[in-house]
Amino acid sequence: MCRNVNGTQPDIQVHPTESGRNGITMNTRGLRSQLKDSVPVAGLCPQGAYGVQDSLRSGFTSVKNELLPSHPLELSEKNFMLNQDKMNFSSLRNIQGLHAPLKLQMEYRAARQIQRLPFLQSSNLALDTLRGNDESIGFEDILNDPTQSEMMGEPHMMVEYKLGLM
Amino acid sequence: MALSNVLETPLPGFNFDNAARNAALEGLYDGGQTPKPMKTGTTIAGVVFKDGVVLGADTRATSGEVVADKMCSKIHYIAPNIYCCGAGTAADTEKTTELLSSNLTIFSQTSGRNPRLVMAVNILQDMLYRYHGQIGASLILGGVDCTGNHLYTVGPYGSVNKMPYLAMGSGDLAALGILEDRYQQDMELDTAKELVRVAIHAGIMNDLASGNNIDICVITREGVDYIRPYQESEYKDSRYRPGTTPVLTKKVVPLKLEVVQESVQQMETI
Repeated sequence: MCRNVNGTQPDIQVHPTESGRNGITMNTRGLRSQLKDSVPVAGLCPQGAYGVQDSLRSGFTSVKNELLPSHPLELSEKNFMLNQDKMNFSSLRNIQGLHAPLKLQMEYRAARQIQRLPFLQSSNLALDTLRGNDESIGFEDILNDPTQSEMMGEPHMMVEYKLGLM
Repeated sequence: MALSNVLETPLPGFNFDNAARNAALEGLYDGGQTPKPMKTGTTIAGVVFKDGVVLGADTRATSGEVVADKMCSKIHYIAPNIYCCGAGTAADTEKTTELLSSNLTIFSQTSGRNPRLVMAVNILQDMLYRYHGQIGASLILGGVDCTGNHLYTVGPYGSVNKMPYLAMGSGDLAALGILEDRYQQDMELDTAKELVRVAIHAGIMNDLASGNNIDICVITREGVDYIRPYQESEYKDSRYRPGTTPVLTKKVVPLKLEVVQESVQQMETI
């Protein structure tokens, strides 16, 4: 089975600081944490249906295709909610002190536990209310609505993946 | 049909699955003849006058070198006191202004206050900056709220400018020339409308991607006057005016409907 795996690491050695050819040092630790989200295990499981490479949708197999995101916005959109929360919490901490983000994060953690099984859509009502998303409409409410998704995953496999048994 | 390789439900929002395929396809078309999205390569302008704001726009939408729409509506409704002209990719301006309008409606319902122009500008700025210019929408927002008459422009990367007169789009240089020359503070309504008309006309004459009619929208404290079209182009298609095809016979058959069943269902009001 293919998955974005944490067990087997890809063969990219990313050192915390790299020095370029003209002596410029670059801190790439942050870059690595971003890459981890979007690096599938290369070559083990093609992205198409039935495990066969879907040439129409993803082009020919190539290691480069699978390693790097193909759209400039892909990475930033994937991590948008995370970064937004981090930014809000850090400014809240600077303004009001440590207790404010601490209490809020406790509530977030509690709200995040109210979920259905993985293959069903959860409404995330409490989480939305906490974040303030219940009073705004964005592209994530109109486009690619998960409740209207055309593809469904196998329920057993999705639960096993969620539990980490796969 | 349950696919065995889908392990997580896809995130809502933009889907980038086809980006790799599109990049590969673009390389296959020689000379870059991929289908072009419909753009409102356009002239839009706005002017603040004594009692409010006047917005103007042309009505041509192009798709590559073809005119896709001759009566395109580029002045979008945002709130009863705020209207927005959009230049750039037509779908992007439509959707972005619709989202903005929905957000402001939700806000005014929950807070009981009329929306202000700065709120609209901030929402737009956040949204457009988040997508790093991939949403090609250059907008001119104009409106009257409790703090006065305002005119703002928001660029596709999220830049904001507040000015008493503005022009955007591919014909903006021509329109800006007219506006720079003839704009004055505290104009009367007719002077302001004439100034915007002349500015859009200059854009139409000097830019290939602007043309056809001119729409004008006047926003004042009393209300909104959306004049569409304010001036029709001299070159419009008058060959097929209504009455071109002669009517030979006309037959009207009334549809007789019988009431077969009537049932009353009480609605429970809380």
